[in-house]
Amino acid sequence: MLQLSVFLENTKGRLAEVLNLLAEFNVNIRALSLADTKDYGVLRVIVENPEEVAAKLKDRNCVVKLTPVWVLKVADKPGGLASMLNKLVAEGIVVEYMYAFVERENEQAQVVIRVRDVELMQKAIKKYNLE
Amino acid sequence: MMSQEELLNGLRRTVEQVLKAPYYQKKLAEVGIHYAGDIKTLDDFRKIPLTEKEDLRQNYPFGLFAEPMDNIIRIHASSGTTGKPTVVGYTREDIKLWARIVANGFRRLGITSKDVIQVAYGYGLFTGGMGIHYGAEELGAVVIPMSGGNTAKQLMIMRDFGTTVLCCTPSYALYLGESLAEAGISKDELKLRIGVFGAEPWTDKMRKEIEARLGLTAVDIYGLSETMGPGVSLECLKGIGLHIDEHFYPEVLDPQGNPLPEGEVGELVLTTFDKMGFPSLRYRTKDLTSISYGTCVCGHTGWTMQRISGRVDDMLIIRGVNVFPSQIEEAILSVGGIEPHYLIIVDREGPLDIMEVLVELSATSFEDEIRELEELQSRIRQRIENITGLSAKVRLVEPKSIPRSEGKAKRVEDRRKGKI
Repeated sequence: MLQLSVFLENTKGRLAEVLNLLAEFNVNIRALSLADTKDYGVLRVIVENPEEVAAKLKDRNCVVKLTPVWVLKVADKPGGLASMLNKLVAEGIVVEYMYAFVERENEQAQVVIRVRDVELMQKAIKKYNLE
Repeated sequence: MMSQEELLNGLRRTVEQVLKAPYYQKKLAEVGIHYAGDIKTLDDFRKIPLTEKEDLRQNYPFGLFAEPMDNIIRIHASSGTTGKPTVVGYTREDIKLWARIVANGFRRLGITSKDVIQVAYGYGLFTGGMGIHYGAEELGAVVIPMSGGNTAKQLMIMRDFGTTVLCCTPSYALYLGESLAEAGISKDELKLRIGVFGAEPWTDKMRKEIEARLGLTAVDIYGLSETMGPGVSLECLKGIGLHIDEHFYPEVLDPQGNPLPEGEVGELVLTTFDKMGFPSLRYRTKDLTSISYGTCVCGHTGWTMQRISGRVDDMLIIRGVNVFPSQIEEAILSVGGIEPHYLIIVDREGPLDIMEVLVELSATSFEDEIRELEELQSRIRQRIENITGLSAKVRLVEPKSIPRSEGKAKRVEDRRKGKI
């Protein structure tokens, strides 16, 4: 799946501006994470039709990038995420970042994962039937 | 006082010397000057095209030297508008002449062989350190070759060795003054009486602040490597301006290159007399000032210039180092994937100049991992440091966030103005 990332300067109201643009495009945000540093932040969102949204944001002078990520179901119980990560670690996968959300319809816990080595991840997904 | 004939003789000697460099032969032939004898009047001299940093760049490194390399005994250089420095060479006689010029200026300030002179200008390709050093030795004073930096040690030595004359950039002098308390040294323990400060623009407010903190009289020294180095002109204690040494012929020109009358501000253009390795012929300093002719009670007769009031180009002087926006642009573009939209913010934090460079991020250079963005920042920072020799803070900003005027981005925001 492609995640939409937006570069955000640390200026007052900039995050709200970008979120207002998404509202204007009638885009629903399924999952969201915000990485922040002293001078700037990176907004990462999972949305429907990310390519189309990215193009629209670009037209409005946003710096955007589509990044391949995996959205995986996790057991919503103690140790659910840990046991999944243990499998990935055993396969030599390095996680760059991850964030979790809960799907409304079926209350299913899910995580968005960005990894360094895409091929290793594909193998692991198949091996453990994770998707 | 120099007569018109003496002046013309001096200018002819310089023309004769530069004509040893093929580049000058061609350049002067274009205006009908083939021999020094073709300079019959001052108007003939004024026909000579001006020399610029660009001429040095085109002849990098040694193309404008007027003596064979065998006669050159020293090289200095300063930053050019691009990555290549502008290089100058000195013969043994040139070095001696430079030392005499600096020593003469120091004598007018009442500095003698009994003084202890601490040289806290950088030693190296920059002319500041060695230029002052040789002048102070020529005077017979005790010279402490500290070079720049190492503030606590500078102050300790200043106290323990009984330094009476301090030479450095004005911003470093201020920093030394502000660091006294931290070093546990009081102003009264010092024997400082005169400070000779230059290589960057400063204000009267800054002068008063330095004088109060260090307990000395602060004077301004001017020079640039292309015409020699520090000592081209130096204030005396009467405070009427910077007396230009008799080995330099100053002209002040308007933007069209026409000579301006005494007292009017324009670009200072300098010609050297009797400098052999790298004679300067109508060299554009890009510095703005006015000049006047006369005799000062300190004993100097000749031209006196006022403190530099600005620049005709966009060169910045940051911590005594010349920086051109084009160098920053070169650094940014060499990293790749970055738009050539940037803003250089220069500010003064306490006594130190700081440079921050805002760089507009483009879609191609954007990675959504913070680690990658930080690496990009650090690559740009490294390139800027390699090219300018200065550390800078790099901040990534969104596209089109840097204000444009008439489609062209503003390159520099100097917030030091008005600060001491």
